[in-house]
Amino acid sequence: MRAADVPYEKVTAKTFPKGPDSLASGHRACQGCGEVLALRLLLKSLGTDFIAVSATGCMEVCTSTFPQSSWRMPWLHVAFENAAAVASGVESAVNILRKKGKGPDKRIPVVAVAGDGGTADIGLQALSGALERHHRDFIYVCLDNEAYMNTGIQRSSATPFGANTTTSPVGSHSQGQNTWKKNMPAIAAAHGVPYVATASPAFHLDLMNKIRRAAAIEGPAYLHVYAPCPTGWRMKPELAVECSRLVVNSRIFPLYEVLDGHYVLNRKIDNPIPVTDYLKQQGRFRHLKPEDIEKIQARVNQEYENLVKLSEAFPV
Amino acid sequence: MANKPIGIEVSLAVAEAVKLCDTDVVAAYPITPQTHIVEHLSELVADGTLNAAYIPVESEHSAMSACIGSSAAGARTFTATSSQGLALMNEMIYIAPTLRTPIVLLVANRALSAPINIWNDHSDIMSVRDAGWIALFAENGQEALDLTIMSFRIGEHPEVRLPVSLNIDGFTLSHFIEPILIPEKAQVDAFLPPNQAEIKLDISKPLSIGLLGTPENFTEIKKATDDLLVNSKKHIVSVFGEFEKSFGRKYNLVETYRHEDAEIIILTMGSISETAMTAVDEMREAGQKVGLVRLRLWRPFPTEELRAALAKAKAVAVIDRHLVMGAPYGPVCLEIKSILYDSPQPPKVFNFILGLGGRDVRRADFKTTVERVKSAKDSQSSFEILGVLE
Repeated sequence: MRAADVPYEKVTAKTFPKGPDSLASGHRACQGCGEVLALRLLLKSLGTDFIAVSATGCMEVCTSTFPQSSWRMPWLHVAFENAAAVASGVESAVNILRKKGKGPDKRIPVVAVAGDGGTADIGLQALSGALERHHRDFIYVCLDNEAYMNTGIQRSSATPFGANTTTSPVGSHSQGQNTWKKNMPAIAAAHGVPYVATASPAFHLDLMNKIRRAAAIEGPAYLHVYAPCPTGWRMKPELAVECSRLVVNSRIFPLYEVLDGHYVLNRKIDNPIPVTDYLKQQGRFRHLKPEDIEKIQARVNQEYENLVKLSEAFPV
Repeated sequence: MANKPIGIEVSLAVAEAVKLCDTDVVAAYPITPQTHIVEHLSELVADGTLNAAYIPVESEHSAMSACIGSSAAGARTFTATSSQGLALMNEMIYIAPTLRTPIVLLVANRALSAPINIWNDHSDIMSVRDAGWIALFAENGQEALDLTIMSFRIGEHPEVRLPVSLNIDGFTLSHFIEPILIPEKAQVDAFLPPNQAEIKLDISKPLSIGLLGTPENFTEIKKATDDLLVNSKKHIVSVFGEFEKSFGRKYNLVETYRHEDAEIIILTMGSISETAMTAVDEMREAGQKVGLVRLRLWRPFPTEELRAALAKAKAVAVIDRHLVMGAPYGPVCLEIKSILYDSPQPPKVFNFILGLGGRDVRRADFKTTVERVKSAKDSQSSFEILGVLE
């Protein structure tokens, strides 16, 4: 069956899952953390009949200080760069035990969760291997807060151009991050996996449905989730949801799916807000000059157009 | 029991043992000289003889990561590696014991770079000496097969639940064709119970594995892991005993050969021990009171057994296959010196580094060590890298 045709139970305002969150409250995330908001919604969407694997990072540290844990489903953390490899071991074990009659006789999704550093930098090899091996019940979620926040706001390859971080500082010879954000969804899609999607916590039903779709489709899925970090971005904590909306409406972070290589632009932004409206809320971009912002605007326009072309050239 | 040994390459015999153990998951990455093991395992999976998931991971780091995930999910798990592969696994090797993930890791021992070298010594396994794994050394092909089967039972023992590394010398053991008794499946089934993981990733009993330790509990958690490893010794002894009952082959933590009245004891690990035995025989024929002690169990270190085995000797020549840079002695000798320090009349301990990076270890080398011990003056160093070319 085509990935696009695989049925799944949709989350709507009416069918929003009731009951306790799959990620229990009481965790130690910062005030206004958009990452833990995204994680909580994703996990709530799946319930508890799945296995979670965390990479080291903010979400692991703030939810799992011994002897406490926020995770209401079976959960495993091993190290930083290997969530995908660990999850592929779990997935293979669960499926062979099922086949041999030694485990539950049903599909159990295995969800690996990592940050942008654990995905785009140190974890890229393990992720590539896992996607290429085509594990059937494997979902990888990258919660992208655009830097190494857990260790104190160091730049990653997912840090956007111009951002001021502790290792891409602004100085007399530097305007902050001097490279463009690595395109992780494109890298994932290049593996020919059945499902790749981007999501933002401001569009919470879209986010929740994407992980359900990922779980329903047989084969590896990659979700790239925008995860605002007020602490690291020098932004007011109450702005996490707001900036999660602006980033989409400015075309900086378009919401789309890649189903068997076919592109679906979930939200066409015909009248985008200028990127500066998004950038100005965040202290990490405060130093940018008009010409830097122009450069960013031009890049955003180009990337969005490329995506529109892909969705027209390879429609579902 | 299959009554007749068959001629089989030791690597293939290990793979056959993994099959006989009904292994659920194999995650492996190719590296010389381990490759024949995982090649044969993937053949066994490909032809349906072994009902297992074979994960062809993209690195050894991911191999061990996948093994930890697989073991945590309750599957019987195997991998094999050598040298740089073990070095790449290093980070994961240190995590597996405290997470209580039994895994059988076959190490076909090979030197660590640089210079790059594919041949045998023990530098790879010594790099993970302190990680918390049970570590066994096989001397010959039959031991390699038997210890593979026993490693699963030891590691999965409810009071152990630790990963086990089984070491076989690369090429000099792994690639040899030896006569080996391959047991019947039913015999192995009777000996090896199913893997009963009480703590595992189970949707009906969710729990969290791999939490963050803090200064308030880290020491206690590390001590608990060390206690498990130290206590595993008695279970290893009992598994060796059960194995003897089932298969008729006796295994000890420390093996001895003509050591009862020996004045000088050569102490070895691994396949060079067979060569050492021949050398001992020849020296005995020449009237020298020489014996051999062989370590089969490296971790947990069999302190009492070794003290007993060395109690009556005047001198011990400890053979190390690894050079600990900047240290006074090789890794095995450091242990021997430390456990004998408190003895009332400790034997003199000499250390010889032999067979690095695949340099041949011959009977003559063992005779040289004995000559050195006999002629040693008090002022002389008790440490020597034997046979260094000028």
